[in-house]
Amino acid sequence: MDVGLVQMQRRLADYANALFKEGILDSQYLQLQELQDESNPDFVVEVVSLFFTDSEKLLNDLSRDLAQPNVDFKRVDAHVHQLKGSSSSIGAERVKNACIVFRNFCQEKNIPGCLRCLQQIKQEFLLVKSKLETLFKLEQQVVAAGGSIPTVQQPSL
Amino acid sequence: MMDSCNCIEPQWPADELLMKYQYISDFFIALAYFSIPLELIYFVKKSAVFPYRWVLVQFGAFIVLCGATHLINLWTFTMHSRTVAVVMTTAKVLTAAVSCATALMLVHIIPDLLSVKTRELFLKNKAAELDREMGLIRTQEETGRHVRMLTHEIRSTLDRHTILKTTLVELGRTLALEECALWMPTRSGLELQLSYTLRQQQNPVGYTVPIHLPVINQVFSSNCAVKISPNSPVARIRPLAGKYIPGEVVAVRVPLLHLSNFQINDWPELSTKRYALMVLMLPSDSARQWHVHELELVEVVADQVAVALSHAAILEESMRARDLLMDQNVALDLARREAETAIRARNDFLAVMNHEMRTPMHAIIALSSLLQETELTPEQRLMVETIMKSSNLLATLINDVLDLSRLEDGSFQLNIVTFNLHVVFREVLNLIKPVASVKKLLITLNLAPDLPEYAVGDEKRLMQVILNVVGNAVKFSKEGGISITAFVAKAEYLRDARAPDFSPVPSDNHFYLRVQVKDSGSGINPQDIPKLFTKFVHNQSLATKNSGGSGLGLAICKRFVTLMDGHISIESEGLGKGCTATFIVKLGIPEKLNESKFPVMPKVPANHIQANFSGLKVLVMDDNGVSRAVTKGLLLHLGCDVTTVSSRDELLGVVSQEHKVVLMDVCTPGIDSYEVAVQMHRLYSNHHERPLLVALTGSTDKVTKENCMRVGMDGVIQKPVSLDKMRNVLSELLEH
Repeated sequence: MDVGLVQMQRRLADYANALFKEGILDSQYLQLQELQDESNPDFVVEVVSLFFTDSEKLLNDLSRDLAQPNVDFKRVDAHVHQLKGSSSSIGAERVKNACIVFRNFCQEKNIPGCLRCLQQIKQEFLLVKSKLETLFKLEQQVVAAGGSIPTVQQPSL
Repeated sequence: MMDSCNCIEPQWPADELLMKYQYISDFFIALAYFSIPLELIYFVKKSAVFPYRWVLVQFGAFIVLCGATHLINLWTFTMHSRTVAVVMTTAKVLTAAVSCATALMLVHIIPDLLSVKTRELFLKNKAAELDREMGLIRTQEETGRHVRMLTHEIRSTLDRHTILKTTLVELGRTLALEECALWMPTRSGLELQLSYTLRQQQNPVGYTVPIHLPVINQVFSSNCAVKISPNSPVARIRPLAGKYIPGEVVAVRVPLLHLSNFQINDWPELSTKRYALMVLMLPSDSARQWHVHELELVEVVADQVAVALSHAAILEESMRARDLLMDQNVALDLARREAETAIRARNDFLAVMNHEMRTPMHAIIALSSLLQETELTPEQRLMVETIMKSSNLLATLINDVLDLSRLEDGSFQLNIVTFNLHVVFREVLNLIKPVASVKKLLITLNLAPDLPEYAVGDEKRLMQVILNVVGNAVKFSKEGGISITAFVAKAEYLRDARAPDFSPVPSDNHFYLRVQVKDSGSGINPQDIPKLFTKFVHNQSLATKNSGGSGLGLAICKRFVTLMDGHISIESEGLGKGCTATFIVKLGIPEKLNESKFPVMPKVPANHIQANFSGLKVLVMDDNGVSRAVTKGLLLHLGCDVTTVSSRDELLGVVSQEHKVVLMDVCTPGIDSYEVAVQMHRLYSNHHERPLLVALTGSTDKVTKENCMRVGMDGVIQKPVSLDKMRNVLSELLEH
């Protein structure tokens, strides 16, 4: 089944490359992959899962806070800051960018703008989540077939 | 003239005498008739209740009218005017009406009045009956009260004598008895002995009667109180004076219950019963009779006494048993202390002797080995070698004796370590190979593939056991080969029919090692096998020149094996047919490999480590979980020892001198990480003790960097941090 394995690996590599090309992930994700070794075999999956849980909670808090009659912008800003930090640690580039825009609107205390941004962030988050989950599944298949995950080279931009 | 007076002629001719009498009678009748209602009214007014007032009125009217009629009749005897006649007629008519009404009314009233009478009779009978019953109940209640009081008195003590005396006294009091006596069966059971009486002074105690008298049998065969003759031997306790007419005597049996009599379903029957006899005498010359309720009282009391006596007996029994146990305890304690003293004395003796024996032994062995190094003639060499061998044997014997004595009194403890099992077998093999090759014996070692490499147990003693068994095999084989097999015993092998009391319990962190040593040597007579493990018994039939040893070897092996929760056995089909020794011991499975003293696989692959980072203690503060995890992963990858905190307070609580580097996230709004740096500077005034402070920031502007430098941070790293960046910064920092 060597041919099958090679095909799977190629598919995985293509998929990962696409993610980088589209700007969904950036070089920070590669850094994470570098940290994974025999003593820490599931590092990437663990950190990404942590990111998903944290971000979902933050997004819920944001929705709730923005729905209040008197919006506490300090709180909202704090949440967005957290989200920005998390997403940049993972390398979820688009989420991070959306967070930056959100913060600007927050500074201006522009509620409709904030709401629009929140929608954007949610979309980006869901996108990166589904993409990463597919990526992990592909990786699992490759590993199960006995191959190793090819390290993706940062495509030169 | 006749028409004008308008008078009525009387019916009959006036007859003077008859007329007179009629006249008088009518008068008296009228009088009586008028007085009756008066009397009635008078008496009814006096009585409190009379329900028939209307009747009274009616009756009164009737009587009055009758009287009136008779009165008016008085005028009709002579010539009377029409008016009188009219009045008379009116009166008669009225009387007729009222009397008819009364007659009709009486039809209703008279049955009522009659029934009142019958009711009265009935109630009187009922009252008499109730009185009788009340009397009965009262006597019963009295009896019950007496019984309760008696029982209370009897049961308030557990002392047999008190119980019996109290019974007699109380019974005597309650029933006003003249004498009350208790006859107990003697030990032989053939006689009844007078044990207790109410008026003790006057009656001899110790008087006996044979038990098989008819009167006694009669009483014993019934559970009721039986009236007996005052002349029977049991009742003739008091000296009879002629003038006394003795009172009635009643006797009742008192069952003496034993513990074994208390069956659940059947209350003890007569079969093996012992009874005591209670005799009660009414006062003489009193003409009193025994009433039924008194007899019942006596029966109940007898039963209660039986129960109370059995309680007392049980108590005596248990007290006696307890005293016995206490005595035994004391004796055992004494014996134990004596035994301990003896053991201690023996151990002291052995220790001293051991030391005393070892010292010269040591000298002999040392000097003999030195002597071997010098120039010797072949004869001399032979002599020195013999000396060496003998002294080695003696040294072994001394060791064995000391070991055995320690094994026997339980003060021996296994030295549990983790060791390499395979190595143990190989060493035994190495030790035995020279001897075996001299005898040209082939030794094969088979270790099962599932035999763990490492085990937990007493390595030295295990080796001693294997060596002893294999050594014996070699010793007693002149030719052929020895095969040693070792494997992990599965559950079915563990149940060995030859060792019925060996019941191993397999568990998760232990395994049973089974070693079998087969030799093709001289074998052992099956009859001698049990003696093998007895110490100091040497198998005489096998004594050869080469065989040395004390005979203690197998005994010690057996003790070691037993200490390791195992079992050892030797089988042989007979002389010349070889011998198989098998033993099973319980060994532990070591938990982690890195606890053993053997080299451990390094956790971190070597290619990413820079030597100066391994073990470096780093403290990371970041309130964002994800970036905290990423930073931690980074540092772990570099080989650092990472601790993470999520707040400033936590940081200050955890930080210590051991941490060489502290990485702080400074871009969290609202938390002044700069102040942390200031505090750290204050805490660790000494420059060398202070951990290096590094700020992690996401902002790129110069102001942040300047602020960091101002508060005394040692370095600034910009997020996102890459592996190379972290490595470079750390090396730079640590170089200073």
